[in-house]
Amino acid sequence: MRDRLRKLDFIDLFLWIVRAAIVAVILIGTVKTILSNPYTLRNWEDFIIFGIAQGSMYALIAIGYTLVYGVLQMINFAHGEFFMSGIFASTSAVAIPLARAGYLASHPIPSLLLIALCSILISIAISLLTERIAYRPLRHAPRLMPLITAIGASFFWQYYFRGLFGSQVIPFPDIPQLEGTVPFLHTFVLKSHVLVIFVTLVVLVGLNFFISSTRPGKAIRAVAENKDVAALMGINVNRTISLTFATGAAMAGVAGMLYALVFHQVHFFMGFIPGIKAFTAAVLGGIGSIPGAAVGGLFLGLFESLGPSLFLQSLGIPAFNQLKDVIAFTMLVLVLIFRPQGIVGERLKEKKA
Amino acid sequence: MSFLKNLDLRKLPMQLLVASIITLSVSAIGMVELFGGRFVITGLFTMAQILFLGPTAFFAYRAAQEAPAGKKWQGMIKALLLGVGVGLVMVVFVWLAQNLDVRSIFINISPRLINILTFEHAGGATTLFIALVLSALAGGALALVPDKLRNALLVGAGVTLLVGLLSEILAERLRSLFGSQLSSAIIASKALQVVPAAVLFLLVAGISYMRQSGRIGKVGPTLKPSQTKIVRTALISLLLLVLPMLLGSYLTEVTNNIGLFFLMGLGLNIVVGLAGLLDLGYVAFFAIGAYTMAALTSTGHLGLAGISFWVALPICVAVAAMAGFILGMPVLRMRGDYLAIVTLGFGEIIRILALSDLMKPYIGGAQGILNIPKPMVGELALIRPEQMYYVILIGVAIAMFMSTRVRDSQIGRRWMAMREDEDVAEAMGINLVNTKLLAFTIGAGFSGLAGAIFASKLGSIFPHSFNLLISINVLSLIIVGGLGSIPGTLVGAIILVGLPELLREFAEFRWLAYGVLLVTMMLNRPEGFIPSEVIKRELHAGDEAEQAG
Repeated sequence: MRDRLRKLDFIDLFLWIVRAAIVAVILIGTVKTILSNPYTLRNWEDFIIFGIAQGSMYALIAIGYTLVYGVLQMINFAHGEFFMSGIFASTSAVAIPLARAGYLASHPIPSLLLIALCSILISIAISLLTERIAYRPLRHAPRLMPLITAIGASFFWQYYFRGLFGSQVIPFPDIPQLEGTVPFLHTFVLKSHVLVIFVTLVVLVGLNFFISSTRPGKAIRAVAENKDVAALMGINVNRTISLTFATGAAMAGVAGMLYALVFHQVHFFMGFIPGIKAFTAAVLGGIGSIPGAAVGGLFLGLFESLGPSLFLQSLGIPAFNQLKDVIAFTMLVLVLIFRPQGIVGERLKEKKA
Repeated sequence: MSFLKNLDLRKLPMQLLVASIITLSVSAIGMVELFGGRFVITGLFTMAQILFLGPTAFFAYRAAQEAPAGKKWQGMIKALLLGVGVGLVMVVFVWLAQNLDVRSIFINISPRLINILTFEHAGGATTLFIALVLSALAGGALALVPDKLRNALLVGAGVTLLVGLLSEILAERLRSLFGSQLSSAIIASKALQVVPAAVLFLLVAGISYMRQSGRIGKVGPTLKPSQTKIVRTALISLLLLVLPMLLGSYLTEVTNNIGLFFLMGLGLNIVVGLAGLLDLGYVAFFAIGAYTMAALTSTGHLGLAGISFWVALPICVAVAAMAGFILGMPVLRMRGDYLAIVTLGFGEIIRILALSDLMKPYIGGAQGILNIPKPMVGELALIRPEQMYYVILIGVAIAMFMSTRVRDSQIGRRWMAMREDEDVAEAMGINLVNTKLLAFTIGAGFSGLAGAIFASKLGSIFPHSFNLLISINVLSLIIVGGLGSIPGTLVGAIILVGLPELLREFAEFRWLAYGVLLVTMMLNRPEGFIPSEVIKRELHAGDEAEQAG
């Protein structure tokens, strides 16, 4: 016993050193930046708004992870592909033909709604297929197995869509009405960012209503609580799990639409990095909790957008923007090590499933 | 029409749907077109035809098999219906592709694809329809044949197909070993000739049939088990020693790659297969081994020490193992799926750092490290793949020896106990963190060894060589081979590294195939092709219980 304690202390000590080092890097960097002040207030506001817009997308994708985790206690590794498939397919098959016909420029609102609808429907279809084929048969198998099929499904969808629509980066058509800025307080905000933030808010409010007040939403919560009891109460567990996947995928479909509007391009590999980052956001907020996913997404977006300029640049790191992804991944690692329950999540037992 | 009584067609629509979707998919994502020029048997049929006719035949077989015992003929009716269904779908597809501009959306639906599907317009879409119906009937007929004969036919067809696919490389070998006359008699324009193909098929099918009926007994003198083992080991060792001479340069290079991945697979097998820790950032240790080797031995401006390969090798392994230890310390207290994501994050961090300008002064950024010398034996530099082969062989031999010994030791049993149930293992007095750390460290060491040899083999390394796909590749090969099984890892490496190297023209669909393989293996054969005894027992414990109950 004493031997074990000593061992644990040694690892704890190591962890404390890691913690201290990270805090020191962030503090020193931030103080240096504040002292030298290379940016104007306007710059900072831009960073923050971009961070919120980016964070909104992470939040929407993160909801998919959190919902599925809440119900099945499994990490849906293929969720990034649900995000990719919807917008990648509807850009190639809907947006570009619409733009070519000139309809997109003349009727932006119905076309955008149509593209969004297609994106959502395709994402849902892909998620249902994946759930049915790769996850459902393994529901009672060891945890490792669905994780491996998830990785397989992820690769399959990436290269399947690459085969359908090509491996090149496809530019999303420009929408003239969405270009330019609008005045906000005393600064200017890109119209596309306003749209992203607005849509995210509406969708989140809708989702909250759906989960808390409708019958299917209640069924999802009941199944998340206890599958057997839910089944005894007359809830069709399989259908509810499919519904959970579909809800998450719908959010990912919306996020895909917003991503295309902000970054103006789609690609078959575009799901991977946002997928992992959104997973980070979900863990950050406390996986299993929907408000947590929203908060985590926002927090991650802000941190990523402010971070490089706030504390990396003044440390004299060359090309500090290259390390943006490192910030997100480091954050993922740190959160999982130090606070796996996340910001708002309750402490999960070591082995819930 | 008495034999139509009780014809059960409930499952047919679903089978029809799935078969149609698969046939449409392989056509629309460009697989059929890519395989179109690849004859399996010269002038007779191509890989593409197997691709778009195969699914129909398979599902027809499945449908026919479900027919009740006394009414096997009903199966043929189902197969016929299925074939007609898929045929109609494909005819509509061809019509649409010819009359609408779908190519601007689906880039792979090209005129060439249509040519292939319609057999170069011989009779238009009717030929396609007839071909699909015929293959469905063939699938259905297969269900009527007795089991033994069916197995024999399938084995024969499989082997012929494989030989046909690999015929280009076989032709090259045959030429250099037996002269060009024999080679061109068997293989012409990258495919088997008709007669040798038929002979091969009959031969393999025949042998397979005989073996099943037990007509081929034991040949040769009977030996005691211990003697058999010695003979077998001696034969295998001898074969391994002369292998490069038989294979020639290109195939040896492929074998070397298989060897490196096998080495990594052995390491990951300890981490995932024995200890049950899913590590998706395994490539990080491979990268660390490779970069350490590069920094220590390179004669370029980034080289630090300029020492020889053999001195650097143990240092690389030690550095990688150390990295495994340090990275393992904070993460190993996490639950399984969190661990997977964290290690994935670590792998990505290392790759991005290696690419970044921050680390450029030390490891060269995107330009990597160049001028890594080859290993020297005395005055001889091991430049050719045939020479490098022996370095890898020694590495693999050491790693195999170590992992067998570790697996059968007390530590190995601790790992397996932990994999089965952490709580119980802890209650039995196993220190979880230490035991996990040990697995992680040893696994990382193996990967570092592979990385070090890799760096020296290539002579220069770049961050792009160390992406997530390597981790996935290694993970897939141990899963396909059989988690926890060492021969399985070798088979996995041969299938997943060797085959894609030999079928390079199809590289575009390599990862798609991996995805399908991972999912189907997990669903149908989670214990892998060559399962470890323990895992097999564990995974099928439920079945036996069900049968008993």
